[in-house]
Amino acid sequence: MTEGLAVSITEPDQLLDEPTSVWRLALQRFLHRKLGVVGLFVVLTIALVALFAPVIAPYDPLQPLNRTEDVQRRDPPSSEHIMGLDSNARDEFSRIVYGARVSLPLGFTTVLLAILVGAGIGAISGYFGGWVDNVLMRLMDVILGFPALILAIAIVFILGPGIRNTLLAIAIVTLPQYARVMRSSVLSIREIDYVSASEALGASPWRILRTRVLPNALTPLVVLGTLGIANAILEAAALSFLGLGAQPPTPEWGAMLAQERALIFTFPHLVIFPGLAIMITVLGFNLLGDGLRDALDPSLNE
Amino acid sequence: MIGYVLRRVLTAVPVLFGVLVAVFLLPRLTPGEPCSAILGERATPAACEQLYEVNGLDQPIHVQLTTYIGNILTGDFGDSIKFNRPVTEILLERLPVTVELGVTALFMAVAVGIPLGILAARFHNTGIDLGTMAFANIGVSMPIFWLGLILAYFFAIVLQGTPFALPPSGRFSAGMSPAPFYGVWGLTLAETGFVRTTADFISRLGVFNAVISAQWDSAVDAIKHLILPAVALSTIPMAVIARMTRSSLLDVLGRDYVRTARAKGAIGGRVIRHHALRNALLPVVTVIGLQLGALLGGAVLTETIFGLAGIGTALFDAISTRDFPIIQSFTVVIATTYVIVNLVVDLSYGFLDPRVRLR
Repeated sequence: MTEGLAVSITEPDQLLDEPTSVWRLALQRFLHRKLGVVGLFVVLTIALVALFAPVIAPYDPLQPLNRTEDVQRRDPPSSEHIMGLDSNARDEFSRIVYGARVSLPLGFTTVLLAILVGAGIGAISGYFGGWVDNVLMRLMDVILGFPALILAIAIVFILGPGIRNTLLAIAIVTLPQYARVMRSSVLSIREIDYVSASEALGASPWRILRTRVLPNALTPLVVLGTLGIANAILEAAALSFLGLGAQPPTPEWGAMLAQERALIFTFPHLVIFPGLAIMITVLGFNLLGDGLRDALDPSLNE
Repeated sequence: MIGYVLRRVLTAVPVLFGVLVAVFLLPRLTPGEPCSAILGERATPAACEQLYEVNGLDQPIHVQLTTYIGNILTGDFGDSIKFNRPVTEILLERLPVTVELGVTALFMAVAVGIPLGILAARFHNTGIDLGTMAFANIGVSMPIFWLGLILAYFFAIVLQGTPFALPPSGRFSAGMSPAPFYGVWGLTLAETGFVRTTADFISRLGVFNAVISAQWDSAVDAIKHLILPAVALSTIPMAVIARMTRSSLLDVLGRDYVRTARAKGAIGGRVIRHHALRNALLPVVTVIGLQLGALLGGAVLTETIFGLAGIGTALFDAISTRDFPIIQSFTVVIATTYVIVNLVVDLSYGFLDPRVRLR
């Protein structure tokens, strides 16, 4: 008990001493969450790997090496090829490195698309209310009525396999969550006096959305979006694993796994490494998302 | 209470209707003539016309929709194009495999996830908490198809020859599949009809069938085959349940009434058991319901890896061979189950927490 009292007495003084903004406080809280910082570190590392893939990768990810070098297909890891060679005698490590160039942009773009469309739907729904709201939200409920992966499989099936359609499918199945967040932000903000004041002063709906609603909705959207990237990468890998996403010879982690999965009992390195790459990337985004949520939402602080 | 139940049930109706329409539109949105999609590229115009007539595809679209919904409501799912058999038959064959796998996985997820979450909350900010949450974080980040393959490699190859070795695929070893329980019990059932259908369904729940008919060798064999896929499928729900239990319990442990209980001398585990747990588990119930979606999606992946002939693999095969009747009816069944389970979860929430009903 005494401990709690002591903290509550000293803290306000400290706050008065130095000027602090909401964002700086959030940043301070974020840096205190070790796991969130670890997540940020992992994500930045993978982003750098993707950016500098040609420098980091020792070999061409698409070039078979058994014609130019003294190597065999599916050679196990060695000092020369730290993750071994795949079934086409390509350097597995180089392919994993280049895989970051597929998965990261895919995750980002998917979530960006889902947020843009989802938040748009949510904003329209919340602002206009009535039957517009009803129709749009029931539509979102129908999307949520399907297990996500199964709906994504069905959509890719309609559109045809490939990375672009995978991206679209995952964006579609995930947009209801962003729509819901945006809608509830709009609904809660409409009741607040300063918004009524803006309205009375003749601010357009677009202006109110931009200056009043968005800043409030941004926090949950960013947190959901970060966790959404993790999810999108995982689902894209699953679709590729089922042969619906990235197609060979694209060095995509899920597709690499799918291609070599029959070899798990004989050449396990071809399955272990792509999976590890997926797991580490997804883990990074999950930890970062959790850290951001704790930092940006003070009400969650214990 | 009745009003609350009715209101909730009514909100599920438009969703289910939307699901039906979406599934109806699915093959009609696919590029190209449905005929060449169904009969292949080299179908003659005459064959196409006949196909359209038989399936009512020459009717106006709203007539097709009404017929389609009418058929589904009466349980008529049509015939599979590839297997040339009623879809319902195939569904009844495949469903028990997925039900057995899913129920086992969900049971494991709850049985391990909740205690882990309680442990983490009880020893908040200690090594136990950190370890449990690290496990949970890794669990939700792992591609389950990869985990499945790694488990198969580890238990079938690395542990080969030890008593811990487990089979990496299938449901039974050769010659070990158990006889249907009604045969063992000496019952003679009619070839068709409801009783026979139900009995066949139950007899395809491998472990359950073997246990109730005391075929112990088969039961052990079936359990050994079930462990790896169930563990792979349970990882994500287990991790999510553990996280939810922990955060919900921590939230409740910070409430005034728990502080009162502590002040009155209730310590450690007793506070959790007698005061906090019941309230903390409410949000966990919702999460368990939502995990069904992850389980059904994961079933496609798990069944593919472990070579199980469940609805996941059936659906996926149907998608790659464009077997529309199977795709449509399986999707309808899966989505309906999902919507109904979430409805039940919502209702149980209102039942467990009287405050919810007032809204």
